[in-house]
Amino acid sequence: MGSPDTPDPRSERASQDPELLRRLLRAKDRMDAASHEHWPVRRLARVSRVSEAHFARSFKQAFGVPPHRYLLTRRIERAVALLGETELAITEIAFRTGWGSLGTFGRIFRDITGESPGEVRARARATLQDPGRVPACVLSAAHRPDLRIAVSEKRRRAADVITRPKRKEFP
Amino acid sequence: MSQGIQVIGLYVRDQDEALAFYVEKLGFRVHTDVRNGDYRWLTVQHPDQPGLQLGLFAPGPPVHDAATAQTLREIVAKGAMPPLVLIVDDCRGAYERMRARGVEFTQEPIDRYGKVDAGFRDPSGNGWKLIEARR
Repeated sequence: MGSPDTPDPRSERASQDPELLRRLLRAKDRMDAASHEHWPVRRLARVSRVSEAHFARSFKQAFGVPPHRYLLTRRIERAVALLGETELAITEIAFRTGWGSLGTFGRIFRDITGESPGEVRARARATLQDPGRVPACVLSAAHRPDLRIAVSEKRRRAADVITRPKRKEFP
Repeated sequence: MSQGIQVIGLYVRDQDEALAFYVEKLGFRVHTDVRNGDYRWLTVQHPDQPGLQLGLFAPGPPVHDAATAQTLREIVAKGAMPPLVLIVDDCRGAYERMRARGVEFTQEPIDRYGKVDAGFRDPSGNGWKLIEARR
């Protein structure tokens, strides 16, 4: 794939071997598909068939963030979806999205979104109860890659929230 | 239909590899495969869609200078090209068949909103959604 005209790697945006990028993409795809799993650099490097040191550096160059940071961001995205679309307890959501401790989950969550899980859930609930906003909410949920809940179940849960206003909503 | 879109193109890293993928693994047919010097115009089409061709084009001369071609190859390999959608009658069935032929899936079939979808990539890195048609 390399050609004599390949830009100088010392230049500001060095080019990367497309064949390597394709293998790095595979590691990124694997994290997307199972962000709740444990993804040490060793495992990711094996997917991309490169050394660990080479993997971390190349991944950041290719996708703009270090692999671990990318994984955390994907986990938080899933957690945000679960907070808005399910009534799972926050502890359960932390567990399902791959966190071993609620403290770490809360800290990284705030670090990435600027809010606490409870605040995000409260806002999602407020949006859900505003009938004018439901189509947009449904639409965005339909395009979210990690949603693993059927619409019938989602409607049932949404109906529960609406028809039982006295219910305690925030764990 | 006499007016409309006839060809939509993808960039692929290797046209022979892409041809084998789209024909042998996805069941597309070759529509046109002609060469002129370095240039190869290659299109395939879905057997149920005779009016639309999918172009499988390789970055490079005479269309692109070396640096541009390199940038395009990088973008494709990073999976940064726009998503593509393939509609099927039976997503889980198509998933099983395609996987058996060695297609690289990025997402297993998931049921959402009563509709099943999956995701796969071509060898170059182009990402496809495999979506079950509403019945």
